[in-house]
Amino acid sequence: MSAQDVAQLIYLASAILFVVGLKRLTKVRTAQAGNMIAGIAMLLAVVGALVEYQIFSYQWIAIGLIAGSAIGAFAAQRVPMTEMPEMVAIFNGVGGAASGLVALSVFWGEIVEKSVTGTMAASMGADAAVTLFLSIIIGMVTLTGSVVAYLKLSGKISGSPILIPGRHVINALLLIGSLGAGVYMAFMSTGLDQTVSLALGVSAAAALLGVLLVIPIGGADMPVVISLLNSYSGVAASATGFIIGNKVLIISGAMVGAAGLILTQIMCVAMNRSLANVVFGGFGEEGGGGGKSGEYENVTSCGPEEAAMILENASSVIVVPGYGLAVAQAQHAVRELADLLEKNGAEVRYAIHPVAGRMPGHMNVLLAEADVPYEQLVEMDEINPEFAQTDVVIVIGANDVVNPASLTDQESPIYGMPILEVHHAQTVFVIKRGLGSGFAGVKNELFERDNTMMVFGDAKKVIQGLTSELKESVPGLAA
Amino acid sequence: MGELLIGIYVLVLSSFVGFEIINKVPPTLHTPLMSGANAISGITIVGALYAARHTEAKISVILGCVALAMATINVVGGFMVTNRMLAMFGSKKK
Repeated sequence: MSAQDVAQLIYLASAILFVVGLKRLTKVRTAQAGNMIAGIAMLLAVVGALVEYQIFSYQWIAIGLIAGSAIGAFAAQRVPMTEMPEMVAIFNGVGGAASGLVALSVFWGEIVEKSVTGTMAASMGADAAVTLFLSIIIGMVTLTGSVVAYLKLSGKISGSPILIPGRHVINALLLIGSLGAGVYMAFMSTGLDQTVSLALGVSAAAALLGVLLVIPIGGADMPVVISLLNSYSGVAASATGFIIGNKVLIISGAMVGAAGLILTQIMCVAMNRSLANVVFGGFGEEGGGGGKSGEYENVTSCGPEEAAMILENASSVIVVPGYGLAVAQAQHAVRELADLLEKNGAEVRYAIHPVAGRMPGHMNVLLAEADVPYEQLVEMDEINPEFAQTDVVIVIGANDVVNPASLTDQESPIYGMPILEVHHAQTVFVIKRGLGSGFAGVKNELFERDNTMMVFGDAKKVIQGLTSELKESVPGLAA
Repeated sequence: MGELLIGIYVLVLSSFVGFEIINKVPPTLHTPLMSGANAISGITIVGALYAARHTEAKISVILGCVALAMATINVVGGFMVTNRMLAMFGSKKK
């Protein structure tokens, strides 16, 4: 058996483990093992590549691997849980860029450095030439798109949609232009200088396209965008596999491309949106214009001491966490309050909206960090019938996901989005910094309801205030 | 044409596997799954190893080396971040 055969068998084992790992990642019980298995699969793929390409000179390889591992590990360890979505966006961006760079490297090695005079297709084969420019385009779109998503999520640029007039036409032209230039480069261009300019032009056009595709999309939709870009980077890897004729790249890339697409679809369904609507809609562009907007009337607010008095007598409490909880890092404070309420005899649960926070599952991750028992986290469909029998709902930094307008107001931009129906509860406390609107930019009717009390302030401080008030008024609890 | 056709076979079948594997995912796992899938898309590390395999300091090799570093960031960072997220569920499992 030749080294090539050994390498192919290692790749096969790697591909099998990727399938098993990805499958296990979809179930809570097996997810961590699944991640580990996928990691082992990746290690096998690297070993397979070292065998297949007979790599005995390690200088460049070592530099790349060591630098990459150090940066990756450092970033992964340091990032706070609240900034996970941004981190995934950046990791995804560099992965896409890597595929694009591999394609450029092959282009340089096979065409420029060999001073090829004929067409690319003639010297490296039509399939390799086509996948080469495709890999460059998809890789670059993934890179710049992810960077814009990162900037939006981290607040370094505005999260609201930035709409450039005629953007659909510009984007279509960029896409057609880069594809056209790619085809010309692969099959017709014969002068080396011209081919190089085309390669760089295609890269630049794709990079610009990535920026323009993501910039009109609102911050609330970034998770969907990241998931979609994740799918792209899989496709880019798959295209790279065609360039260098490597099956494990084709397999894993295609699998992630497809899985990412399905996951994107699942996320869209959770928001009651179509993918086309997310990508082309410029959600939030109507701002406060759509639906009922304007000033709030009849808003009742109270301080922590009044709220604590009501909580003291509550026998069932549901906490609704939102992005404000993540910003204020209030998860530990919430846990403390919940413990106190339980000691006081109340049943405490958490209602998790599928898209609460900046990423599906964001709230679960945060609350898990504060050791909130997994059984207390209840999903939307299960908890909605329960609100009517609930004494107190505490909404912490959530907004659009509890807006009853989505059920009743057909004019509202969020009409039809499934929400947590907290307004059925006896009393609703909304802890918020002010009456500002959520991502959707619409007024929240919940705030005007008679059974709603606003508690203004930073989520963490308010929760801590509630905890200390409760301790004071119920002496037995403090111990 | 043989090689290309086999490649297309593999591509189509793998895409089906990807579609079929992900059908029902609890919302809890959306973020970790996205992150894990993102780490797997770092498989392009294999392509980067191919591109950086020579010893001379040519532009193609340097591009490959940069690609390798980026792919490694994606792989190492991706798996570690996913593990960090999932570890928090793991510790509180029934």
